[in-house]
Amino acid sequence: MSSMSSMPMGRIEPDSSRGGSATIGKAVKIAGQIFSREDLYVDGDVEGTVELMDHKLTIGPNGKVHAGVKAREVVALGVIQGNVEASERIEIRKDAKLVGDIKTARIVIEDGAYFKGSIDIVKAEPKPAANQARQQSAAPAPPAPVVATAGAGDTKR
Amino acid sequence: MVLLSDRLKSILRGRPLYEEAGLSANGGHHLPHFVSKPAGGAVLESRQSRGLDQFFGSFRDQIGLSILDLGGACQENVNFITSLGHKFYSEDFLRIFHETFGEDRADQSNSGRIDYFLRQSLEYPDEHFDGVLAWDALEYMEPALLSATADQLLRILKPKGYLLAIFHSAERKQTSPCYSFRIQDLRTLQVSRCGERAASHQLFNNRGLEKLFHKFESVKFFLARDSLREVIVRK
Repeated sequence: MSSMSSMPMGRIEPDSSRGGSATIGKAVKIAGQIFSREDLYVDGDVEGTVELMDHKLTIGPNGKVHAGVKAREVVALGVIQGNVEASERIEIRKDAKLVGDIKTARIVIEDGAYFKGSIDIVKAEPKPAANQARQQSAAPAPPAPVVATAGAGDTKR
Repeated sequence: MVLLSDRLKSILRGRPLYEEAGLSANGGHHLPHFVSKPAGGAVLESRQSRGLDQFFGSFRDQIGLSILDLGGACQENVNFITSLGHKFYSEDFLRIFHETFGEDRADQSNSGRIDYFLRQSLEYPDEHFDGVLAWDALEYMEPALLSATADQLLRILKPKGYLLAIFHSAERKQTSPCYSFRIQDLRTLQVSRCGERAASHQLFNNRGLEKLFHKFESVKFFLARDSLREVIVRK
């Protein structure tokens, strides 16, 4: 039973303070698959897979991600346990913990970060379509949904 | 001459010495020994390393090798190793060591604890790595644990693979300073002191090291200043 405190059940909504990115707050736990067509900030617990192919994933200082992660850019301030593919770059900040294998074009590791695993540097492939989509997403647009495919009763308060 | 004028310019401009270290790394010059101070406040020392030179020299003209760094991930080592086209593996060996054994030396003879520690830190397939950078991680272990660790390193190294280890003193001491090692270029390390640990009862003189690595094909020593021994071991 989770000790997490009250919050609407599994509610994931864009956080206007983060420039339109979606947020999983620190009181939320999700088990399942997350696909997002916008940037995502995770400060809660996620188990499963997280895919944001052309977007940025930030794991906040309270975030715990036990999942395979695919994103354009990953910034870790909390914990990631799982393999990470970041097509452009990954940053592992001081006090972050990452256990898993990384595939990326660029990596930044701050002193004090904990990393256990392997690093494969792969050249970033130019994606004109993706860049175009990113430019479009900079313009005002209705928030794209975060699809959390959770198992029965997996989203906990 | 160029180096001298750069240093003079730095002094005249009041530039901190650690910026010179950056210049050295980028410019490929090999500065003589000096001490600098990075942003984090730890004292850094640039020093030539024949062991490092030999280690990477043995992989010359090869790419796509698997190199394990037991010193934990740091930006410099990741950049250096991946820029050579190799795959970088990281283990924060001393952190796991400390989490497993703390200050309890007796525990380092307990076979159950030793197995647990080795599962946490070196659980890789047989013959997985072309090279292992152990730095000074072996220096703080008691003989039973050290011997088991050497066996495990032998297991995960490929035939003809190399291990680089560093030992600070051949004398018995109560405590031994520990360091972090950052690769500046093929022959230069930036070394910063990061605390002190209880020293091992193992003696790390040439004979002790030969005995420790007796299952490997060859052991080569480089005795540097400050009683530092760099050891290259070949499987």
